[in-house]
Amino acid sequence: MTAQTKIAASLPAPPSADRRTSFDAEKARADFAILSRQVYGKPLVYLDSGASAQKPNVVLDTMRDFSRQEYANVHRGVHFLSAAATDRYEAARRTLQKFLNAASEDEIVFTKGATEAINLVAYSHLMPSIQPGDEIVLSVMEHHSNIVPWHFLRERQGAVLKWVDVRDDGSLDIEALDAAIGPKTKLVAITHMSNVLGTITPLKDIVARAHDKGVPVLADGCQGAVHETVDVQALDIDFYAITGHKLYGPTGIGVLYAKKAHLKKMRPFNGGGEMIREVSRDRITYAEPPARFEAGTPPIIESVGLATALDYLMALDRAAVAAHEHDLLTYAREQVRNFNWLRVIGDAPGKGAILSFEAEGIHAHDLATILDREGVAVRAGHHCAQVLMERFGVASTSRASFALYNNRADVDALVAGLSKARGILG
Amino acid sequence: MDNALRELYQEVILDHSRHPRHYGSMENASHTAEGYNPLCGDKVTVYLQLGDDGRVAEIKFEGKGCAISQASASMMVDMLKGRTAAEADRLMQGFLHLVKGEDASDLPEDDRERLDVMGGISAFPMRVKCATLAWHTYKNAVEEGKTVVEEGAT
Repeated sequence: MTAQTKIAASLPAPPSADRRTSFDAEKARADFAILSRQVYGKPLVYLDSGASAQKPNVVLDTMRDFSRQEYANVHRGVHFLSAAATDRYEAARRTLQKFLNAASEDEIVFTKGATEAINLVAYSHLMPSIQPGDEIVLSVMEHHSNIVPWHFLRERQGAVLKWVDVRDDGSLDIEALDAAIGPKTKLVAITHMSNVLGTITPLKDIVARAHDKGVPVLADGCQGAVHETVDVQALDIDFYAITGHKLYGPTGIGVLYAKKAHLKKMRPFNGGGEMIREVSRDRITYAEPPARFEAGTPPIIESVGLATALDYLMALDRAAVAAHEHDLLTYAREQVRNFNWLRVIGDAPGKGAILSFEAEGIHAHDLATILDREGVAVRAGHHCAQVLMERFGVASTSRASFALYNNRADVDALVAGLSKARGILG
Repeated sequence: MDNALRELYQEVILDHSRHPRHYGSMENASHTAEGYNPLCGDKVTVYLQLGDDGRVAEIKFEGKGCAISQASASMMVDMLKGRTAAEADRLMQGFLHLVKGEDASDLPEDDRERLDVMGGISAFPMRVKCATLAWHTYKNAVEEGKTVVEEGAT
């Protein structure tokens, strides 16, 4: 062996891809206080951001400062604080408009989450007009939040759910989707990114094909908006639902983006304060959208928190963040390549940073318990995607989901934990 | 391995989960119930033949789930066979106390010794329902005859 090869052999592994980009994950980690805590005496390795992401300090601080300095109800009082809070709330709406590149801030409806956003479309857009036999096209990889509202229409109004399969690698069969859209189709409801498989769907193509047949498209953007840059105008999409807490923001807030033309035709869903123009004993008129769909006191503090989270995200080089997350996924795949007892579910080309797997002879909950004692937080279960579990013939999977603040050491801890679990239970 | 994990996944438990006792269905069951945990998708079906005196003449189970739920079901059927209704009740109550980390001293000495291996679960509150699923299913089989129980609701 020459001296040169000896040196090469003793060199540390090449630096991760993020060193070559304009995103510094180590610097970002310092923005999240919770990441420095320990669990069971071990450093926290948080790989469950697909369920809910941690929030940067600036989000938590801004929500506290706003609560301490500017908080009051919005759109109500004429007093100083109400005006200040209303300004912040409406500024948050404009931040959302920018984040999604909506044509107008009036196309941003604040909800309590993506679930409410999708239900709003079901109740307000489809329910008034849907007839028995009308069809809703959806994929087998939808989260329950993008399945159950359509089941309501099936149960109550005789709508028909047309399921589009995924291929064995988890990719969407776009031709099958196209073929499923027929003259009775009233909506295509599809995820932007599967919360289990990580599959990213070709939304632009889907929208183009659906629009060719005059059918609107709703996308569940809960995962997609975190990892991809969303431009609702370029997509020409009709409805796009997101939730705050997966976008490094607070819980209790989400958004329905909807084209103005749709919002204007949609009947109100929740009735109450703030969504009316005039109420008398025998007659009522409604406010214009988006207020028409925001009955009651909205999530005011949360709107400020979400806007702060999105400002944080938009200040980063998002392509570099995506590259970093993708590097972690690739690295994780490499590390488990020799684990022939591990079956990775979801291998679609260009998939997002989610790794779902089944371990031979080890139930996902046992695996998650053992990983947990190593400080590694993963999700185990059916991931609110039972139709997909059935498609792949599994009762549950374990899922590691990567966020901007994860690093290769997190992957190493996961892999070490997997080996340990195999040692105990395999 | 940390002590809590070692307590949870003791060899006895792993052995029961890998080689469950009295596993399978029963054609001529007098009582059956199906247990389901919607959180994790675990399922267990308990089949019983109760004697006229309420004694557990035959008992079997089948299902799929985590090591804890399978081991717990296996140990349960192993221990319930031949018991009177009153004995079975007492065993179940003792078991429920044990896995929740509560006082289980009312269990007969030899039962306590056998069930002691399940005590480690009390350090894992998120997993207690895995251990109790089979027992609640058994109870429903006895009380309702033919029924489905959801662990989340108990």
